[in-house]
Amino acid sequence: MNWLPNASLAQLTARAKMLNTIRDFFSRLQVLEVETPSLSQAAVTDVHLHCFKTQFVGRNISDKPLVDGAVPLYLQTSPEFHMKRLLAAGSGSIYQVSKVYRNEESGRYHNPEFSLLEWYRVGFNHHQLMDEMTQLLMAILHCAEPTRCTYQEAFLTHLQVDPLSASNEQLKSAGAHLELGDVLDNEDDKDTILQLLFCIAIEPKIGQVSPCFVYDFPASQAALARINTQDSRVADRFEVYYKSIELANGFYELNSSAEQLKRFEADNKLRAKMGLDEMPIDKKFVDCLDHLPDCAGVALGLDRLLMLATEQDHINDVLSFSIDNS
Amino acid sequence: MATYSTSDFKGGLKFMLDNEPCVIMENEYVKPGKGQAFSRVKYRKLISGKVVDKTFKSNETVESADVMDFDLAYLYNDGEFFHFMDNNTFEQIAADANAVGDMDKWLVEQNICTITTWNDAPIAVMPPNFVELEVTETDPGLKGDTAGTGGKPATLSTGAVVRVPLFIQIGEIIKVDTRTGEYVGRVKK
Repeated sequence: MNWLPNASLAQLTARAKMLNTIRDFFSRLQVLEVETPSLSQAAVTDVHLHCFKTQFVGRNISDKPLVDGAVPLYLQTSPEFHMKRLLAAGSGSIYQVSKVYRNEESGRYHNPEFSLLEWYRVGFNHHQLMDEMTQLLMAILHCAEPTRCTYQEAFLTHLQVDPLSASNEQLKSAGAHLELGDVLDNEDDKDTILQLLFCIAIEPKIGQVSPCFVYDFPASQAALARINTQDSRVADRFEVYYKSIELANGFYELNSSAEQLKRFEADNKLRAKMGLDEMPIDKKFVDCLDHLPDCAGVALGLDRLLMLATEQDHINDVLSFSIDNS
Repeated sequence: MATYSTSDFKGGLKFMLDNEPCVIMENEYVKPGKGQAFSRVKYRKLISGKVVDKTFKSNETVESADVMDFDLAYLYNDGEFFHFMDNNTFEQIAADANAVGDMDKWLVEQNICTITTWNDAPIAVMPPNFVELEVTETDPGLKGDTAGTGGKPATLSTGAVVRVPLFIQIGEIIKVDTRTGEYVGRVKK
């Protein structure tokens, strides 16, 4: 019987119910549901995201040179770039439920393809978006009101160190009691040190009773968020954690093409240094950004949300078919 | 020597760390949506038996360990070495007291044990999960006690001491779980 699905019928029903709740929620708010491509000629440059690559072999659909007689295409790691092109073209607030694809990611909370709910609210900043997200989380998880803290407060509370001003050495000594050994001692990239400490010492402590919004991430981890206008050490970026699971990532969206291009190029330089392939920068996305309305957006992992809603321990338990059963 | 990357990590994988062969018990993939991926590994050091946690950055590598498991029948102890034999090839391996550790109390002649070798030398011996042994010493049970709620210590033919129900008598054969050292049941002769 090894053809059987992973998820039980009750799980499939719970997923359908969750999707109904989501669609009702946005329908009432008059946020438009959209669909964007899974395949793109451009890709994400983030050094920690690995795209699946394939090629199109029909008519030449690209204005770029062919590679081995075909057009290289990348499965999207998130629908962000295309959704922002819709926003820049005047779509107004939009949402999408889609499959996204990330190579090299497999584990208790990771499947290389997974479902993402991504939405953008025109005229919102990230705090207003957190307010709205609170309502959605409570509707699906039946949880208490989520809490909020800054990235700095989280480190001060749980590691007694200020992530914004501390040196690498100070961060390492704040994490010495975790007995992480080489992986901490030998690391010289501050963001990697911060991410390690956050994963090991903070994530298991926050958002245990109700979800926790962590905001004001360090500017060096801004990704596609604006730098805060009051404090340039932090970015207008937030994440949501609940019961030691990272659920969502949101931004008050950067709308400067020059700044975005600079970040992508810096990513590619870092990729070259790390021996990773440089990725084709999405020029159409960069060009749209000067027309992007003031907006905030967030991506929420639906499989993990369902794990939490139905109290499952492994992502495979909520998938119809996990990658090793596909 | 072959190397393993974190993407090869899974339960049972044997590797070298700090000059000691180790075996992975659990591996958890940890990755922030935007950030570095890590592998959090729980492993057992095969010589000291210690269980340790360690975090690796994704794509870090470790050296493989030349560690093999063999299922061999226990023959006898000559006072210095414990001798085991492959029942198919009749090849014999001798393990010293360090390799056997405190497992000697579960070694029963002809029982198939798992012998772990590192660079061809035995470093660990695992008896079967259940063994049957004769009770050689125990206090006489109280008449009428059949529930055996409290229990009493009993010494077995190999010298192992386990708690048994009060009704167990000298000369009886009992079944013991070697992983926990607990009495499982009485074996009818």
